[in-house]
Amino acid sequence: MTIITRRTALVGASGLLLAGCEKITTSPTVRKVLTLGEKATLSGQRLVTDRNALAPEFTRADISPKFRMNGNRLPGSPEYQAHMASNFADWRLEIGGKVARPFSLTLAQLKAAPQRTQITRHDCVEGWSAIGEWTGVPLGLLLRQAQVSPSAQYIVFHCADDFSGKPYYESIDMIDALHPQTILAHTMNRQPLPVGHGAPIRLRVERALGYKQAKYVMKIEAVETLAGLYGGGGGYWEDHSGYQWFAGI
Amino acid sequence: MDAATASVTLQESATTVETRPLVYRTRLPVRIWHWTNALTIFVMLMSGATIFNAHPRLYWGKYGATFETPWLEIGRQGQQGFLRLGSLQFDTTGFLGLTEHSTRAFPPLVTIPNYYSLAEGRQWHFFFAWVLVVSIAGFVIYALFSRHLSHDLALTREERKLSHLWHDIKEHAHLRFPTGEAAKAYNPLQKIAYLSVIFVLIPLVVLTGMTMSPTLNAAFPWLLDIFGGRQSARSIHFLCATGFLAFIFIHLLMVLLAGPFNELRSIITGWYRLPAERRPKP
Repeated sequence: MTIITRRTALVGASGLLLAGCEKITTSPTVRKVLTLGEKATLSGQRLVTDRNALAPEFTRADISPKFRMNGNRLPGSPEYQAHMASNFADWRLEIGGKVARPFSLTLAQLKAAPQRTQITRHDCVEGWSAIGEWTGVPLGLLLRQAQVSPSAQYIVFHCADDFSGKPYYESIDMIDALHPQTILAHTMNRQPLPVGHGAPIRLRVERALGYKQAKYVMKIEAVETLAGLYGGGGGYWEDHSGYQWFAGI
Repeated sequence: MDAATASVTLQESATTVETRPLVYRTRLPVRIWHWTNALTIFVMLMSGATIFNAHPRLYWGKYGATFETPWLEIGRQGQQGFLRLGSLQFDTTGFLGLTEHSTRAFPPLVTIPNYYSLAEGRQWHFFFAWVLVVSIAGFVIYALFSRHLSHDLALTREERKLSHLWHDIKEHAHLRFPTGEAAKAYNPLQKIAYLSVIFVLIPLVVLTGMTMSPTLNAAFPWLLDIFGGRQSARSIHFLCATGFLAFIFIHLLMVLLAGPFNELRSIITGWYRLPAERRPKP
């Protein structure tokens, strides 16, 4: 004899409900429709935001006492470990792809270039925020020097860190790449950028969420399309966790 | 035919509620908006729960991360789920923080998707955010031009009097709802509840949501000043969600108490059967 208790009935009913929900959330058609929202957000935000509109900047009094780290904290590759051991003396940043004049720079050369310092807020996609002071070279300056091709649509950042052997990378469009606050930061809170925060340099693209702020940047590449690059999503999290490529919200 | 006349003539002979006339009470655009909005609010609450699960702590101010003290936190300690509000801690094992099937703040039964995926939760949230904004804008424009706002939703001069409102509160507390002709219109507390959702809760939840967007911070930095920083905006956003939950709870309770069949018919088809006048007590 079977006795259906209220509890088993409830568990059974919620089980059915969950199965139904899962059918909807995993449906390829539904997922495709939902990406329309992402496209609308990108177009809408670009429409109302001037391409040079600055992210809010703060005062030193606003700086978070402790700045939480996001992503990897210590790249494991022997190559990176060697750079770390030599204090990045032999490290060089490569700039290439769709540019007329590819070149590379040492950390000292980067620090000798014109600098920008900004106190900005870092917003993790998870919801937390931390405020820090960053100093670095405007990316636009380097791209102009490399004479980036007019056909280039995105700038890709290849990084030294990886998740289970899958390399970290990120990409931004030319609007964000040429934005005055987009810098390659080598200094954080007036100290050399710590390894946990992306030494020797990390990207600061201040109108985007934390996962766009690529750490341990080794190579910058101008490309026409993101297709064919790694998983084609334009970033590690985009490829492996389905994060939205546009990280403005 | 005038529904009012019909109701009066029928009242004389009628002994049961069922023979009372049906009146057309809820127009089609209002019904469409109601159901679009109902679906949207549920998706927003449930996908919002997924997003909250990524960092189930709320702060006040410009910044806030694991090192700062949250004013609200949902989590677990060993085999105990808890909700901490300031210095108060509530055991929520089985509901929040720790359930049979999950160690997340909100269990899968109330999240979209029904497994933890921040990316998918965000995808649902930001798609339906557009639905919310477009539908509320459409509804408000309709309500203005159709006079739904001025005729049905706005409080009359009489209803705005404190004595009147106090009387309505007492009637609600005794579960005495308007009957007969009076039931054709929304009552004052009902109007205040609906107006609060349309003109306070929804605009506030949209604006605090926009305040959390780093790109929109560049476009509208004043939003940060209004809400006192991004983390404050996030907290207010969550409080709005709690407000929606409270509204839904009371709204559904009122539907049940007022007669779920009649109320549902009215919000689906527009037709409503006026409840019989209460017989005066002997």
